[in-house]
Amino acid sequence: MFFTYLRRELRRRRKAALVVASGLALGIALVIVVNSVSSGMGKAQDKVLQSLYGLGTDMTVTKAASPTTGTSQRPRFQFDAKDNDSDAEQSTDRVMVQGFQTLSTATVSKVGKQSGVSDAVGGLSLQVIKVSGQFTRGQFQQNGNGGGFSRGGGQPQGEVKGGGADFDVNNYSVYGTDVTKPALGPLTSSKISSGRTFTTSEANAKVAVVDSAYAKEKKLKVGSTVTIKGVKFKVVGVATADSGDSAANLYIPLTQAQTLSDSKNKVTTIYVKATDSQQIDSVKSTIQKNVSGTTVTTSADLADTVSGSLSTASSLATNVGKWLSIAVLVAAFLVAGLLTSSAVSRRVREFGTLKALGWKSGRVTRQVVGEAMVNGLLGGALGIALGLAGAYTVTAISPTLQAQMGGGGGGGGGFGGPGRQAAAKTLDVALTAPVSLTTVALAVGLAVAGGLIAGAFGGWRASRLRPADALRRVE
Amino acid sequence: MYELRSVTKRYTRGKDTVHALDGIDLTIADGDRLVIQGPTGGGKSTLLQMLGGLDRPTSGEVVLDGTDLAKLSEARLTKVRSENIGFVFQSFNLIPTLTAQENVETALVPLGVKVKDRRERAAEALRSVGLGERLGHLPGEMSGGQQQRVAIARALVKQPKVLLADEPTGNLDEGMRDEIMEVLESMWKEHGLTFIMVTHDSAIAKKAPRLATIRKGKITVKENANS
Repeated sequence: MFFTYLRRELRRRRKAALVVASGLALGIALVIVVNSVSSGMGKAQDKVLQSLYGLGTDMTVTKAASPTTGTSQRPRFQFDAKDNDSDAEQSTDRVMVQGFQTLSTATVSKVGKQSGVSDAVGGLSLQVIKVSGQFTRGQFQQNGNGGGFSRGGGQPQGEVKGGGADFDVNNYSVYGTDVTKPALGPLTSSKISSGRTFTTSEANAKVAVVDSAYAKEKKLKVGSTVTIKGVKFKVVGVATADSGDSAANLYIPLTQAQTLSDSKNKVTTIYVKATDSQQIDSVKSTIQKNVSGTTVTTSADLADTVSGSLSTASSLATNVGKWLSIAVLVAAFLVAGLLTSSAVSRRVREFGTLKALGWKSGRVTRQVVGEAMVNGLLGGALGIALGLAGAYTVTAISPTLQAQMGGGGGGGGGFGGPGRQAAAKTLDVALTAPVSLTTVALAVGLAVAGGLIAGAFGGWRASRLRPADALRRVE
Repeated sequence: MYELRSVTKRYTRGKDTVHALDGIDLTIADGDRLVIQGPTGGGKSTLLQMLGGLDRPTSGEVVLDGTDLAKLSEARLTKVRSENIGFVFQSFNLIPTLTAQENVETALVPLGVKVKDRRERAAEALRSVGLGERLGHLPGEMSGGQQQRVAIARALVKQPKVLLADEPTGNLDEGMRDEIMEVLESMWKEHGLTFIMVTHDSAIAKKAPRLATIRKGKITVKENANS
């Protein structure tokens, strides 16, 4: 009787049922879309952060650069004037440690021994400026009016014409990676698209992995040779960054990078993996306490520095989106409750009659709650379908968001990845809206809650009806 | 057997107090047929509500077979209604979305009768009021007279001791009225019920063996030797 009565009543009041279900559906769909977009934002931010850190890194340890003094840090280039007539190309390059002050490799070991640290690996970030080109001597030309001599002496009159210098400046980043620990560091955020990565035995080898974008620009491939400060490195692999923005143009073994930059036993960044990802904050405190003069940056710290449309959208999703969904849900719940209550009011005689026939209040209330629950579940199903469609549409469109990583190199703190320390960096990330099972479960929970709330309104009204009302309406 | 002792029912509407029933004393024996009439607002429906355990008196006793309905808990009162009292209403009060058979079944639901038995008993009750061919029809597909027959079948399917009817022919034309009264009388005789009916219809009132008239909350009862 319960289900027959319920089914027939819903069919009879299908318009009202549709209104209630639609309201709930709208609220639930909004919750799904906002949740999935928020999740997509989170993933986008993770992707941005991952491109800085590499996979598996929980935090970085750096030493902030001190303010530059005088011109001692500026690169100087010296070229030979070459007295003879040679127009031969001259080239000189400067290799500089980028961004941070260096830390000693002993610090890497010290960090690695801290409580809660699973592994720590050092990396040296370098900036190479290569200037190459040639001088062309000017030609002396005598004056054209018959050639004369100066009044004072026998020197020929004329001027030097032509000549000059044609130099090209190539600026690129090099990252010295610890080849003995390939699982940590910025190279992990790239995939080897050609050739291979370093082997653990190549600590002193003159080999390099080149970023795919840089390789394309410089026409480098596996087997090519790159020369840094006169040292030739053989390209053994081409790496493509997962986020499309690589950590460095060239990767070479750490020892080689230290030699090139005269930074023996020095690193710029220590990449740290914690034993428990839930304990990152306490590990950060431990390192800061025990390894003085360093800055520890976690992914949470980094996330705070992300700005641009990604940050704006994320803020919109978490604030406006969240409150909008809550407002719509509350409104939907209220409308559902009031409509159910009003439907009960229209059925006073019906419920009064049933009570007069001996139906207990509980049975009548269950009937009303049952109808409201089915409405809620219908709304839930509709809402889940709408929400999934919305999330699918967002993923299909994949709007591009920009993440701006505020420049942190100058001040202290700063980013973990090489090549990004000095200035703000903009990264394009495609937004997706993945719908998790938790979100769907939340939607089902909301549908049930909506049904229960509506049922509570109606049930309360029904339970207060007196059987005498069945007769009173007749009089 | 009903015994009403000094039953009073007062309603308060704003500052006014309405005495719907004013010290009613009445005895109704088992198997009696009592017709109640009186002007609108005189208190006849209120009296029917007291008799049916649908409402409680402000004071006094409404005793049915030795039990004072006024003192029963809501749950016990509901049980008394479900087992002992059948109701027939002026507007039939059928559930519009349920078929004739399902409407009759609603009276058996609180008794915990199993589905199969319920269906059989409902069908039998409908056959007894001449609606054996209309089991699957919705109220909206039936005439007023047929709907009232369904309501009578619903009232009697649980074999109650008492049948209370509130203007059962009030919404019917004369032909239908006679038909329904015929059904009700035959059921009363067949089942040995105590049958109490409120009506405005003087033609029906004239035929009643006992006629109670309520005016301004006071009752007078006359025996009709000619019925």
